[in-house]
Amino acid sequence: MVLTSEAWPAVQRQFFSWFHFKESFPAVAEGFWLDIRMFLVAEVLILSFALVLAMIRSLRGPAFFPLRAIVVTYIDLIRGIPILLLILLLGFGVPALQLQGVPTSRLFWGVAALVISYSAYTAEVYRAGIESVHESQRMSARSIGLTQVQALRFVIVPQAIRNVIPALLNGFVSLQKDVALVFVLGVREGLREADIYNARTFNYTSYVVAAVLFLLISVPVARFTDWYTERDRRRRQAMSA
Amino acid sequence: MTAAKLEISSVSKAFDEKVVLEDVDLTVNLHEVVCLIGSSGSGKSTLLKCINLLVPIDGGSIALDGEAITDPSVNPNQVRQRMGIVFQAFNLFPHMTVIDNITLGPRKVHGTGHAEAEDTARRLLDQFGLVEKAEEYPDRLSGGQQQRVAIVRALAYEPEVMLLDEVTSALDPELIAEVLNVIRDLKTSGMTMLIATHEMGFARDVADQVCFLDAGRILEQAPPGQLFKNPREPRTRQFLQRIVEAGRL
Repeated sequence: MVLTSEAWPAVQRQFFSWFHFKESFPAVAEGFWLDIRMFLVAEVLILSFALVLAMIRSLRGPAFFPLRAIVVTYIDLIRGIPILLLILLLGFGVPALQLQGVPTSRLFWGVAALVISYSAYTAEVYRAGIESVHESQRMSARSIGLTQVQALRFVIVPQAIRNVIPALLNGFVSLQKDVALVFVLGVREGLREADIYNARTFNYTSYVVAAVLFLLISVPVARFTDWYTERDRRRRQAMSA
Repeated sequence: MTAAKLEISSVSKAFDEKVVLEDVDLTVNLHEVVCLIGSSGSGKSTLLKCINLLVPIDGGSIALDGEAITDPSVNPNQVRQRMGIVFQAFNLFPHMTVIDNITLGPRKVHGTGHAEAEDTARRLLDQFGLVEKAEEYPDRLSGGQQQRVAIVRALAYEPEVMLLDEVTSALDPELIAEVLNVIRDLKTSGMTMLIATHEMGFARDVADQVCFLDAGRILEQAPPGQLFKNPREPRTRQFLQRIVEAGRL
């Protein structure tokens, strides 16, 4: 249907031109390599930082109230701000302050914004996992003399992470696309390169190149998530049988 | 003259508005076994968790060897190492082998060396016929074996008191005996124990004192011969009557 319509030649020329595909590919691919590196660095930082946040939020007792309150406030505030706004705020705002010893790279602050925002969401994923571990495990851990932090670290968190791996993988897929948002800062990642090519040629094939590159990563991760979730479900069934 | 190992004085506890323990007094002497009986929700579990400082009490005090462990200045982690507690189920850490389950506490809390902690653990496992399970994960063990490992884990500290919270309640009937036999062995070795249980026959055999809890109060306390044969309180008689009807005594 689409291929036989009258508009197809125009669509093909604007979006699926082999010439423009080849022309724009090297620059977009190089930009995309920066996306991948941003993703990897951000993901490692997010997974660690979010775990610390979730552990603090899971500490009990009045002694930890101030710490818990700080974390809850952080999570509430950050989750309430559009991620694009945060990227603009930090990416343009902080370098403009020209503070001594503070990085002025937009790339740095773009990634920082992603880490700050995603950590708030990911902390909640971890927290759900921590709460899914049976209360007896916490009591057993405390009863052998472990402190709250030790109980979390050696007993609760290892089980919690297993329970939320599918949700964490889901976050991977999401972040892998959202790194492209730093293009608004002028960082020359994949989408920015595609945009530059389009501005020069008025041809949209470069965007398709970027889309293909993103899909090449995100579809396999999505398939892997499903496969892992299914395998985990079967294992649990086998265990309870 | 017997020494009081554990002294519970006027302990009370409420969760929100619901009173779970009301003015509970109880003494467990050295080498003594005290069984707590009573219907579910009578406060047996909560009492044991209060003693292990897993649940803070609202009023009263608890003393271990004459030292008030409910005093705010006491470090609960240190007190807990002097007591072993085993729950109904989910005691073992499923992501660790049996040996790691047992050595985790000694290694992380006492800073015992890996080799030394393992030696102690293996000696205990051997003593309870579980040494060949050392490298297994808990889900590969039967429920009875899991509970025996949980008891071994508690013993790895050489606790002064063992608190057992309905440790056979979640087990298939044919697995109950192996766990109860371990507890009998502990009694023979002179372990001081406070045991919440629904196994009346076992309580009759093993207990020096039996306490009947009802709605958060110790309604009656007596040696098993007296409490089971000739209960003083109508509520105790009624409870035991139902147990007999259910064929559990």
